[in-house]
Amino acid sequence: MIASALKRAKALPLSGKVGLALVIFWLLIALVGPMLAPYPIGAFVAYDVFDGQSADHWLGSDYLGRDVLSRLLSGARYTVGLAAAAALLASSTGTALALTAAVGGAKVDEPLSRFMDMLISIPSKIFSLVLVAAFGSSLGLLLLIAAFTYVPGNYRIARALAVNLAQMDYVQVAKVRGEGRFHIAIAEILPNMIHPLLADFGLRFVFIVLLLSGLSFLGLGVQPPDADLGSLVRENISGLGEGALAILAPAVAIATLTVGVNLLIDALPGQGKGR
Amino acid sequence: MAGASSQSGMTAALILIGKRFASSLLTLLMVSVTIFIIAQLLPGDAAQEALGQSATADQVAALRHEMGLDRPAHVRYVSWLTGMVSGDPGQSMVANMPVAEVISTRLPNSLLLAALTALVAIPVALSIGIGSAMNRGGRIDRALNIATLSMVAVPEFLVATIAVLIFSVKLRWLPSIAMASSDMDWGDYLRGVAMPILTLCVIVVAQMARMTRAAVIDQMDRPYVEMAVLKGVAPVRVVLKHIMPNAIAPIVNAMALSLSYLLGGAVIVETIFNYPGLASLMVNAVTSRDMPLLQACAMIFCTAYLILMLIADVTAILANPRLRAQ
Repeated sequence: MIASALKRAKALPLSGKVGLALVIFWLLIALVGPMLAPYPIGAFVAYDVFDGQSADHWLGSDYLGRDVLSRLLSGARYTVGLAAAAALLASSTGTALALTAAVGGAKVDEPLSRFMDMLISIPSKIFSLVLVAAFGSSLGLLLLIAAFTYVPGNYRIARALAVNLAQMDYVQVAKVRGEGRFHIAIAEILPNMIHPLLADFGLRFVFIVLLLSGLSFLGLGVQPPDADLGSLVRENISGLGEGALAILAPAVAIATLTVGVNLLIDALPGQGKGR
Repeated sequence: MAGASSQSGMTAALILIGKRFASSLLTLLMVSVTIFIIAQLLPGDAAQEALGQSATADQVAALRHEMGLDRPAHVRYVSWLTGMVSGDPGQSMVANMPVAEVISTRLPNSLLLAALTALVAIPVALSIGIGSAMNRGGRIDRALNIATLSMVAVPEFLVATIAVLIFSVKLRWLPSIAMASSDMDWGDYLRGVAMPILTLCVIVVAQMARMTRAAVIDQMDRPYVEMAVLKGVAPVRVVLKHIMPNAIAPIVNAMALSLSYLLGGAVIVETIFNYPGLASLMVNAVTSRDMPLLQACAMIFCTAYLILMLIADVTAILANPRLRAQ
């Protein structure tokens, strides 16, 4: 298992290896980051605000004199955790609906697909802004809003895959054999679309990281005292004029995470190339 | 004979375009229902919000009646929609002004920003896309691929932050806040919006260039291109004379899709630079939960998105020679 994973990682082009390294790095930070933090998250530890890099504070201090590195390590957990959970929810919901449409016949497929087409024609940022205005932005709601916003995109891709697979001979054989719809969807169709779905999951994850940190940046996402990477950029925006590290560090952190995932997906065999 | 057949081809195309237009209108109608329903799910209503916590139940009921909130939902929807269509989407609760008036001061700014961005982004994206397609598999192509792939995933506020650091903090060339008012002359205005445009361009160009490259490469694999190459046509001529006429529809499609991305990107960029456009107005509407204003802004953005999609599809129909000359 581990050996074959290593073999695959070695077969990736350089950009893919860089992407993989970045993804693993951020997953580790999300898991153990808060334990590595040199200072408590909310503590005022520096004498100066917007300090530059120093031996005591590797990434300087923020607008209240707190340690940026410590806050970044804990913010990464919110960003990665929320986005991963939301992407998982969006992908599983979208795929479940797509499978239902594929085995349910035109009666299920038609209305569901029309509805999804309609949702997809609302730009995602605009849609999530309306949802945030209507429901608010606690952590749980943010997760649901981000997931809901990206269900239609996943549905569209999963449905196209599932409808194609449903025409295959082996699925027809299973039907003739008398298998139920549930069995056909789960045991016959799903296993054969898992690879493109994984790539799509990665893309949803990137979109959701950007959406959530964008919302937090606008002050509409994760609310204080919690802070994800987008909130860190927002709260230090007054340091922009002095080019503070406190504002650059979290923004660069988000970029390395999303660029890493993108590079990895693009380098996967069967992906990229002309896309 | 030829004239008659091309005429019937034109009618076929017109019918297709008519159908596509009708389906856009239908989608827009369904979008308006969705937005209306979501906005109505808000716990507590506008009357409660306007009067605050201390209001008695009678006062709230009276104001609710005055605002028409006690009517059934479908009646309110119809009156909102007819208001929207006739140019009166209601009263902004926070600004205490008609929504139409608030929006009319902001919309031209946003349109101007989008137009200037498109003006810069489209030529740049076309050259990058076509250039890297011609160099397919080469070093430049791979470098551009990695660069655009990364740019697509970079958050808008990082681009904006870096732009501010370089151009207004270090070089002191440009103001870090975008000013736009009617009494500014063009030079001042352009200096003011240079950085928002630059930021939006970086984001849109990457997207557009990738899609342009894909469209051109898709054509390059066709037999007619191979034929042209084999008979010794120069590479630039192959691209301009043979590939472009066939790739124009997917390219316009790509342009429209990427420009629709501007709608979302503008939300962040207008806010960070304090640009008085529609997107920053919408963010304010969310913060202050000004639902009539928010609904109107959301509908404008959705309409703009659907118009872009419509343009993309109509170009595809018109550019398809099989439809034109049937």
